Amino acid sequence: MPTKEIAGKTIEVDAEGFMANPNDWSKDIAEALAEEIGIAPLTEGHWKVIEFSRNDFSATGEAPTLRRITKQAGVPTKELYKLFPKGPAKKVALVSGLGKPTGCI
Amino acid sequence: MKKLVILGAGTAGTMVANKLSHMLDLNEWKITIVDQDETHYYQPGFLFIPFGIYGPNDVIKPKRDFIPAGVEMVMSEIELIEPDKNQVKLVKDGRVLPYDFLIVATGTTPRPDETPGLHNGEWRKSIHDFYTFEGANALAKHLRTWDGGRLVVNIVDLPYKCPVAPLEFIFLADWYFHKMGIRHKVDLTLATPLPGAFTKPRAAKLLGNILEEKNIKVVPDFLIERVEPDKNVIVSYEEEEVPYDLLVTVPLNMGADVIGRSGLGDDLNYVPVDKGNFLSTKHDNIFALGDAANLPTSKAGSVAHFAAEVFVENFMRYIDGLEMNHEFDGHANCYIESGFGKGILIDFNYDVEPLPGKFPLPGIGPFSLLQESEMNHWGKMMFRWIYWNVLLKGKEMPITAQMSMAGKWA
Ligand SMILES: Cc1cc2nc3c(=O)[nH]c(=O)nc-3n(C[C@H](O)[C@H](O)[C@H](O)COP(=O)(O)OP(=O)(O)OC[C@H]3O[C@@H](n4cnc5c(N)ncnc54)[C@H](O)[C@@H]3O)c2cc1C
Repeated sequence: MPTKEIAGKTIEVDAEGFMANPNDWSKDIAEALAEEIGIAPLTEGHWKVIEFSRNDFSATGEAPTLRRITKQAGVPTKELYKLFPKGPAKKVALVSGLGKPTGCI
Repeated sequence: MKKLVILGAGTAGTMVANKLSHMLDLNEWKITIVDQDETHYYQPGFLFIPFGIYGPNDVIKPKRDFIPAGVEMVMSEIELIEPDKNQVKLVKDGRVLPYDFLIVATGTTPRPDETPGLHNGEWRKSIHDFYTFEGANALAKHLRTWDGGRLVVNIVDLPYKCPVAPLEFIFLADWYFHKMGIRHKVDLTLATPLPGAFTKPRAAKLLGNILEEKNIKVVPDFLIERVEPDKNVIVSYEEEEVPYDLLVTVPLNMGADVIGRSGLGDDLNYVPVDKGNFLSTKHDNIFALGDAANLPTSKAGSVAHFAAEVFVENFMRYIDGLEMNHEFDGHANCYIESGFGKGILIDFNYDVEPLPGKFPLPGIGPFSLLQESEMNHWGKMMFRWIYWNVLLKGKEMPITAQMSMAGKWA
């Protein structure tokens, strides 16, 4: 596993930069990752999605799909595209410190 | 008598009913299978109907022909599954079926209603689908007199059954319009929520190249929000517009509503199961097989077939209180029709992406993997015969359930 300096910590990541261990995550790391992908600073809207996704992950073991975030957290898909433009599903997972979503196909 | 109830007599339910009717002692077990539809559809054949390669009669047979003696078949819609009472309520005559074990095999269906503007006045006029029997036949009729324009194939969302079917459709459309002499008047576009032609990298690359060679445009990362049928455009959540004259949609796919109603499903009515043995994560006497399960692999007949083989071995142990020691690896094996009498074969599982090489098939093969060939096209055409005569009847196939690396170039 490659490692990477994020917010002053050495973190294990996969080839595409998704964190290997969700427990390494912190709010500072989220801010730093958001900065890297150009969506900083994180707003209340972002945090609602991130918190939902982390909680959902600990319950299901998987990063939630957009459909699931929309239905369960009540954030419209359109809003998700505004908060995390260009590929929101991946960006939500990345900033939330979860593995890359499994495009099940 | 112990009772086994199978919900859905499609590909998975029928295969399992056949296998288990031979394996279980029918003096001790009563097997009941339920379905709402008298007709078994060979769904992979829907792909060929729009282009006149198959007619309606090539893809239908009575379900009863495939249900073995000794298995009771009940024709009814399923109203509710009540896991706490170990029973299933049927619509017809209010019948109640108690069970000791339940197998859910109710599949997945396209839901055009879920996308605004899709299922409106233009449905089956300038907007078509080929994922249903009616849709494929209506599209065949439409294409016979269509004289060209912008044909857009749009995949609404993941997951959908037979992930390669939209690509095959567009490859065949390219061939069909060439044959009709109007290819120069047709603009072919694939608008997909995926970042490319397919998810798995090496297959995506090969398929992407073939699309380019055939002059088929790809609009990647396109998640549709709505159709504006008056303006003839589909619009994504990012307000990107793709104009069409003929829209061929692969609507959102969802598991049966009865799964949702019964509290057994996820957001898309798929039953969460252990991906190695198909046991429900919530109930220890319910299994889900085929498209109805939330497995992280393709929703395809071939997957249902490999899964069924693993399932029956485990089931025979499970009912005797033994540990389930066969683990499903997500094996999928798909022929991709690529037009002009050629095809591609891909073979993969949960962990191994489709790789190039040769696929050894005793007595028939080898087929070339991840590469176009005429042999692969014949494999696809032969599959219909195999489906009706071997697969559904639960007979042995010369392919192992476990994916093999033999012949693959890693
Ligand atoms: C266009 C197209 C092309 C395809 N091409 C291929 C291919 O090339 N290769 C491949 O391997 N696969 C292919 N597939 C996929 C394949 O057909 C399916 O994956 C397979 O049929 C799944 O089997 P199943 O038993 O899970 O579901 P199904 O075969 O769909 O069966 C589900 C059954 O449940 C019944 N049912 C559902 N709800 C209820 C209810 N409430 N009450 C009573 N009955 C109910 C239905 O009537 C149906 O008979 C293709 C599919 C399509 C649409």
